[in-house]
Amino acid sequence: MSDRRTPTRGTYLVLAFPVLMLVVFFVAPFGIMVAYSFYRRISGGFYEPAFDPASWSRLFERVFLDRAAFSIGISLLAGAVCIAVAFPFTFFLTRMRRRPHVALLILVLSALSLSEVIVGFAWSVLLGRASGISNVLVWLGLMDEPRAYQPGFLAVLLGLSYIAFPYCVLTLYPPLSRLDREITEAAQTLGASPWKTFRTVVVPIMRPTLMAGFLLVFVFTLGSYLIASILGRPEHWTLSVFISDQASFNANVPFAAAMALFLTVLSLVVVGIVMLLESRTRSAA
Amino acid sequence: MRVLRWTIVAAVIVFLVAPLLVVAIVSINQNRYMDFPPSGFSLHWYTELVNDTGWRDAITRSLVIASASGGIAVLIATPLAYVLRAYDIRLAPLFYSLGILPFMLPPVISAIGAQVFWLSTGYFQRIENVIVSHGIFFSTLPLVTISLAMDQMDRSIGEAAQTLGANPRTTFRTITLPLLLPSIITGYAAAFVLSLNEYIIAFLVAGFAVETLPIKVFNSLRYGFTPTIAAVAVVFILIAATVFTMFAIFGNLLRFLGADTGLLDHDH
Repeated sequence: MSDRRTPTRGTYLVLAFPVLMLVVFFVAPFGIMVAYSFYRRISGGFYEPAFDPASWSRLFERVFLDRAAFSIGISLLAGAVCIAVAFPFTFFLTRMRRRPHVALLILVLSALSLSEVIVGFAWSVLLGRASGISNVLVWLGLMDEPRAYQPGFLAVLLGLSYIAFPYCVLTLYPPLSRLDREITEAAQTLGASPWKTFRTVVVPIMRPTLMAGFLLVFVFTLGSYLIASILGRPEHWTLSVFISDQASFNANVPFAAAMALFLTVLSLVVVGIVMLLESRTRSAA
Repeated sequence: MRVLRWTIVAAVIVFLVAPLLVVAIVSINQNRYMDFPPSGFSLHWYTELVNDTGWRDAITRSLVIASASGGIAVLIATPLAYVLRAYDIRLAPLFYSLGILPFMLPPVISAIGAQVFWLSTGYFQRIENVIVSHGIFFSTLPLVTISLAMDQMDRSIGEAAQTLGANPRTTFRTITLPLLLPSIITGYAAAFVLSLNEYIIAFLVAGFAVETLPIKVFNSLRYGFTPTIAAVAVVFILIAATVFTMFAIFGNLLRFLGADTGLLDHDH
């Protein structure tokens, strides 16, 4: 922009504080993680500075590959579930009158700000045997006896979808609310049914946004720790659970650092794709 | 289409509200063990939240961490957002990405990063560590709100002040900062709420010494169920809903979320 002022020495001084903070506390840790990932493990949960690729070679072991494959799989699934529900929901939301519109957004934001531990706990109650959904069904006479739906794969998937859903809505919200109403109105004037308009006009325009939302849910659920540990059995634990447990209870910080760096590369690739898609949407608009 | 619309909206509302409703019911249930239908009404679990020192300390600790780290987040975000939008900085996109990235990566990565950072300083398992790491991690939120406000600010006001003889510092203090204040408060509140709820960074940085509220909840879940957890959950939910309702009343929630609000009202 041309109306931006030329920076002076004072400007850089002001800028120095936030940049320094981020470099010291956010960028430097990555360097330290790289160093730690090569440290050698010695007995008793200790480790010493070394150049030992052992932690990195463990990334090719079965336990890790299984966890990684499971995490990527369930996160992709959560992404698909979220997009399938959030896209029509957000589309209808943006076309509502102001009062229900704001009320629903507050609900979405409240769900967004809920701690994962609370979400996990709430679903474990809802899917549990003691006072969950099955008790309501028994009470209504639809079931003979209450049963538990957690821990289990579906419980983890539901929990992950719950924590990611609000983020998904908020990613789809700006482009959908800016979607020119005249385009859909034109399609309907020309005789397309609302469903056909949605399918042949709205979906193609929004394809890059949908992709971006899907990938964001993917990265977000990949990082979830509590949902899988509360609602799943060990075979349902995600990479984040595995990494965190290595870093805390198993005190294998070098291995945890190597895995975290692997996850960073994976996430950066995905975030890069998202940014590319977003710039493409912008140039198309 | 009409039927489809209400089915989907209703299904989403049920999906989002159902677990919260169940928790709310459990929290006022008289019986220690969960049962349905509830056996009677009692606020016992809420009073335990206040009277039990373990829970009270965890709440206090979390509130201290959330308010202090929100402050750090704003102190990082305000100068960054202001300078990058008001001045012609060559590496602006890089600096902005630096502020956005912590929030874009899975939190477990920042958590391990924070853990090895504090381990290598030899100063770890302390509440200050959590405050600083949360402040960095959540600075993205005020950065986004303040940058949006900078974009929407009418630059001619600042220029008028300078034409009338105010130096840049006076202009910033008397014009820009007051205009940015709502977005700074919004960003602070968002960072505050998310810090209050954050688990993994707090756990890996100082989890064995500093028991925050989410850590306490998870630890109690491991040792079995108490309805006090449900009472905590209800308090969390109410805090979040209150903060965002305030946004909607005092700020422009829709525009903050990126809506083209000109379509909804005519303040554009």
